[in-house]
Amino acid sequence: MIGIIDYGVGNIKAFANIYNKLNIPYKIVNKIEDFNEVSKLILPGVGSFDHAMESLQNSGMREKLDELVLEKKLPIIGICVGMQMLAKSSEEGSLKGLNWINGVVKKFDKSKINNGPLPHMGWNTLNIKKENQIFNNLEKDPRFYFLHSYYFECNNTEDLIATATYGEEFKCMINHENIYGIQCHPEKSHHNGIQLLKNFGEL
Amino acid sequence: MLSSRIIPCLLVHNKGLVKTVNFKDSKYVGDPINAVKIFNEKESDELMVLDIDATVEKRDPDYKMIENLAIECRMPLCYGGGIKTVEQATKIFNLGVEKIALSSAAIENPELIANIAKEVGNQSVVVVIDVKKKMFGGYDIYTHNGRKKTKLNLEFFIKELQTLGVGEIVINSIDNDGVMKGYDLNLIEKVWPLVNVPLTVIGGVGSLEDIKIIINKFGIIGCAVGSFFVFKGKYKAVLITYITKLQKSKIFEN
Repeated sequence: MIGIIDYGVGNIKAFANIYNKLNIPYKIVNKIEDFNEVSKLILPGVGSFDHAMESLQNSGMREKLDELVLEKKLPIIGICVGMQMLAKSSEEGSLKGLNWINGVVKKFDKSKINNGPLPHMGWNTLNIKKENQIFNNLEKDPRFYFLHSYYFECNNTEDLIATATYGEEFKCMINHENIYGIQCHPEKSHHNGIQLLKNFGEL
Repeated sequence: MLSSRIIPCLLVHNKGLVKTVNFKDSKYVGDPINAVKIFNEKESDELMVLDIDATVEKRDPDYKMIENLAIECRMPLCYGGGIKTVEQATKIFNLGVEKIALSSAAIENPELIANIAKEVGNQSVVVVIDVKKKMFGGYDIYTHNGRKKTKLNLEFFIKELQTLGVGEIVINSIDNDGVMKGYDLNLIEKVWPLVNVPLTVIGGVGSLEDIKIIINKFGIIGCAVGSFFVFKGKYKAVLITYITKLQKSKIFEN
């Protein structure tokens, strides 16, 4: 069963709705006891990096998550700020990240995006860099919804599985062992997003 | 590549959807949930829902309705109407809404933008500015569905919003609302150089060409659409629709 982590940050309901429609079992977890029966995890996140990290810390689930992800190797996907939380740190805040995937979170450099507006908002193409089960049955050049000003700069190129281009090419999907991160919003990306969440459910 | 967003904008009045002309003469066009289902099917880029009663009636946002919309909505949802406090904004956000639109509250209390952004992130705070042409050039900003004129200067206000951390600015032309003869290009030209966050414009679309004109001229821009997605034909029969994939690719080709 998929556990959608509810630490007070992020659009829990959007994921629940999709898994309801797909008939894939899930539960919303907001305390340690809820993790029984859970075999994979979704870490949503929106808002600022520090607010998200602080909320996760205050939820009392942080240590349990470290154990489930790093020792028991449960598949997990961090989404939007949830992806950024996988990093060591972020230019947006001063708190430490989870440090589950080697990298840091950076802000788009205005000069490299032709002074384009920030946040990067709207539908953009996912450039798939590495084959992965999570991309099964996605259409060619799939479009996803983005809404962010910061992105995950991973240090090991082998962890990179997809990029997108906003002025410059940036890393928007990563995978290291059981841990996935995606910057865009599959829960709001129509059929491609639903397919990706289905694939995660079937990993 | 990032593409311009084409966004249906729905107005809620007496719990139903309406469409106005110059912010007046509202005509009933259907049920909100049904409309969301249609836009799910058509895979619209985003959806904007504005409750035009809440501020005027000095009441809270209708949380139950918002929740029902958010549960149904499979694309990013922007809700506006009656939001005056950080608590209300956070509550709406937690119902599953991606973006919170402020209008009169941002004018009366601009600090609210920064305070909401602190909770939900800058990217989710939208300000909708309703503007009307002045008699002798320039634009005035209005609130309360075009009934209250403010003394704000448009350029100054747009700059202030960005200093406070707004994530998107929506410019709504009262003059062109429901007229279906194209966006106010002079207005967009005036605002465009002032904006460093995503800009969305609304008011006036009557054809696909109207959308194409501004995308060709300005590049990446949010194109919100009211009447054109709810009426069909000369007699304005109600038919909720969106553009097809083919139409979209024609709009985006140069």
